[in-house]
Amino acid sequence: MKSILTCLAFACSTLLLPAASAPAVGQALPKLADLLPGAKLPATAGKVVLVDFWASWCAPCEASFACMGRLHEKYAAKGFVIIGIGVDDEAANYQTFAAKQKPAFTLVHDVSHKAAAFFNPPTMPSSYLVDRKGTIRFIHKGFKRATTEPEYIKEVEALLAE
Amino acid sequence: MKIPSLLLYAALAACLGSCSQQLVRVKPYERGNLAKPVMTNDRAPLLQAMTEHAYFSREASFGGGGVGGGGCGCN
Repeated sequence: MKSILTCLAFACSTLLLPAASAPAVGQALPKLADLLPGAKLPATAGKVVLVDFWASWCAPCEASFACMGRLHEKYAAKGFVIIGIGVDDEAANYQTFAAKQKPAFTLVHDVSHKAAAFFNPPTMPSSYLVDRKGTIRFIHKGFKRATTEPEYIKEVEALLAE
Repeated sequence: MKIPSLLLYAALAACLGSCSQQLVRVKPYERGNLAKPVMTNDRAPLLQAMTEHAYFSREASFGGGGVGGGGCGCN
């Protein structure tokens, strides 16, 4: 009886262990070069960075590209960088989508889902807005045409002014 | 009930309760296959319309696929 109880207690203790937590507001942005080996990433030191997780099969992601294009056009010269991380399983889908959108900002393919597994984006798309010091300041879950773009503008302007 | 039995039941309950957190779930970024058009219910609108019509005709006395009721015309 005692051994059964011990086994059960051990099983419960392992099951209740907290899972590795995803990056949250206030935490430092991890080194993207480590999570995206081989990807050509822009310099982000001292800049406001928007890390966006997207996929070709995600309709809101497609809708967000026009918004991010406008943000890039307006704020890139002031020190704003967008990195779009595609999580498509198939490289062909990623490339077709990228060729169709032709964004002015950087796109990289998370082939092995290493970055996605680390960030664990709660929905598609998800984006992480990082300040000049490299701290995650805002996390956006999903993209809503009416509300997300004004939020981006407000937050990016505030971070650029810091 | 003896204390060891209570402990056993409590441990079992805790164990089963925490099982739901350990289920394998498809992450949002892994849903590419689920998002394919072939996975939708209404990928053949004509077939669906015919099926709904057949269902409505067969179940007309219960209001078909629309309103509820017993066919008395009072809804």
